[in-house]
Amino acid sequence: MHGSKIPIWFFIGVLLLAYGVMIFGYGLFELATGTLANVQLASLHAPVWWGGTLLLLGVFYVVKFRPGRVGK
Amino acid sequence: MFGLVPATLAAGSLGSLPALLAFSTEPLAHLRPLDIAVVAIYFVMVIWIGFYLKGQSNTSEEFFMAGREMTAWIAGLSFVSANLGSLELMGWAGSAYQYGILATHWYWIGAIPAMLFLGLVMMPFYYVSKTHSVPGYLDLRFGGAARSVAAFAFATEMILMSGVNMFAMAVVMKVVLGWDISFSIFVSSVAVALYVGLGGLRSAIFNEVLQFVLIWGGALLVPILGMIQAGGVGGLKRQIMANMQSMTGVHGDSYFHLWRDTGSFAANPMGVHWTGIVFGLGFAISFGYWTTDFLVVQRVLAAHNLRAARMAPIIGSFFKMAVPFIVILPGLLGLVLLQNPDGSRRQLVGEDVVAACSGGSGSSVSDPGACSAAMAKTTLPAAYQQKVLAGVPDAELHSYNQALPLMMVRYLGPGLLGLGITALIAGFMSGMAGNVSAFSTVWTYDIYKPLINKKGSDSHYVLVGRLSILIGVAVSIGAAYLVMHAHGIMDYVQALFSIFIAPLLAVILFGMFWKRATKLAGFLGLLLGIVFSASLFMWVHLYPAALANVALSPDAKPMAENVFRALWAFIFSAIVVVFVSMLTKARPESELDGLVYGATKLPTEEPVPFYKNEWTWALLVVVIFVALNILFW
Repeated sequence: MHGSKIPIWFFIGVLLLAYGVMIFGYGLFELATGTLANVQLASLHAPVWWGGTLLLLGVFYVVKFRPGRVGK
Repeated sequence: MFGLVPATLAAGSLGSLPALLAFSTEPLAHLRPLDIAVVAIYFVMVIWIGFYLKGQSNTSEEFFMAGREMTAWIAGLSFVSANLGSLELMGWAGSAYQYGILATHWYWIGAIPAMLFLGLVMMPFYYVSKTHSVPGYLDLRFGGAARSVAAFAFATEMILMSGVNMFAMAVVMKVVLGWDISFSIFVSSVAVALYVGLGGLRSAIFNEVLQFVLIWGGALLVPILGMIQAGGVGGLKRQIMANMQSMTGVHGDSYFHLWRDTGSFAANPMGVHWTGIVFGLGFAISFGYWTTDFLVVQRVLAAHNLRAARMAPIIGSFFKMAVPFIVILPGLLGLVLLQNPDGSRRQLVGEDVVAACSGGSGSSVSDPGACSAAMAKTTLPAAYQQKVLAGVPDAELHSYNQALPLMMVRYLGPGLLGLGITALIAGFMSGMAGNVSAFSTVWTYDIYKPLINKKGSDSHYVLVGRLSILIGVAVSIGAAYLVMHAHGIMDYVQALFSIFIAPLLAVILFGMFWKRATKLAGFLGLLLGIVFSASLFMWVHLYPAALANVALSPDAKPMAENVFRALWAFIFSAIVVVFVSMLTKARPESELDGLVYGATKLPTEEPVPFYKNEWTWALLVVVIFVALNILFW
């Protein structure tokens, strides 16, 4: 994005990173303690793989679009 | 904005949402601290973006047009996201539950051809004329009178729709989470006023892109888990086929065909005919919305060059084709997977039924006679109807529009549920923000500047824009409370869009592609077209039997009325434009440069490799579009 120092993709990366850490962290907690949420298919541990996906996407966008790197 | 007529046309009309307030029941879900943290982080993020972008929104070009600096990707995602509101998601998931994949027409033929047409054919004229708005184009082509009609119509529609969106969000949050109505309205309006007032269109666009990512991140997990539980496509199809007759009253496998059963109004559950789908939806409504509604066109006008402006709708069309995966599929999955607390299959009903069976005090039904009559029209099992009438706590009624939230609650645990709820909130707020930012531009450029103060400085108009956002939000709040206390108004507000858009399409198409179209013809075509369209609406609204006349069949259902009304309104306006043009003097061709096909020398674009050319990508969209329609014929 031209004309702005921080691109929208960086903001998106920060948000995905924050959500990824929280949801993935909760998923690990579930795995470690064996306490599953009262939802369908909880045994598939969606917070682990979905949260992990958000986390990886977040890291990718934050690193690739971090302020100062844009335009390189 | 509800998007492409979705809420207006969605079955189980969201217009009856206010009635849900009367239904005293436990909220569908309770957020845990982790969910609340997810929602709170979203609010912090959008307000941070608003403050950050304030420094880049000092001139009118920056504030109203985002500096015309958006890349094709950002403009394209914002373009499609501005249409992807939460009512759109919930309404069409509910429609899919009721009608099957027929609802997909509103995402494919009801969007894709028009988006390609905008990018490839119309965008050069919008872009070359350097207009700030769609009414601004009308001003250049047909003069101030046509502009004023369109500007007042847009401004009114946008501000009221923002209020409806605000109210709808508050109702959904009340029903799903039990949140107080005024709390939801207050928080959302303050957040929208802050980030749009500070950062202008750029902030609205950023938020829409953010929302787009959130919607996919929050909603995509539902169909994935649902498909696993249903046993894949084959399992889903088998279960729907086995249960459809008893649950929906629909015969055969109509749920899985887009076109096969549209040869007559009576042969498909939606009560539409293919002519209405192709010409009414696929042309009059779809082209009207995607090519002339300023809310979406404004996003593309913010692109940094003509090629980006042409690519933006094409990029958007890829994502638009994919949206049924997170909207239609959850609706279909809800049909076979949702369960009552006792483990039996849950059947959703219309909001009129939910409202008729609303509780008085405790869990008892306040009007058993009305409730019984309403349920008699459904396919709910008799035993379950008795439980509802007896006020058995577990015998809850939920509307079609709750299919998506119910599916979220079914699968999403702590954190993930917060993400899903955040996606809904983001959808509502970006709908509000989109309407308010478009209102601000139309008010400042097409009403205030030409009619009230022509000689203001650039900074003065930015100030007017900022103030109009605050005033717009305040009026929206008023509209939200008005709708809450006078339920019938919601029907009229939602109809504004469909009444206005088809005549506008006729006038803009003739203006853009027919040099002979005159100023008076443009003005009268728009004004009389709106009057004609409103008259048709009122006719059917006051005398429901008139639906058979408007839709040309006694078997037609309300969905058909909207598409045919748009078609007739377009034809009527087109006739007015042609007739009046033939009787009046055309403008010299030299005045039409940059405005009309054949009188405009379009700028030559730099040659690019084929994989960067908009025609290549448009061709790919066409191939996928045709293949999908054949696959689901």
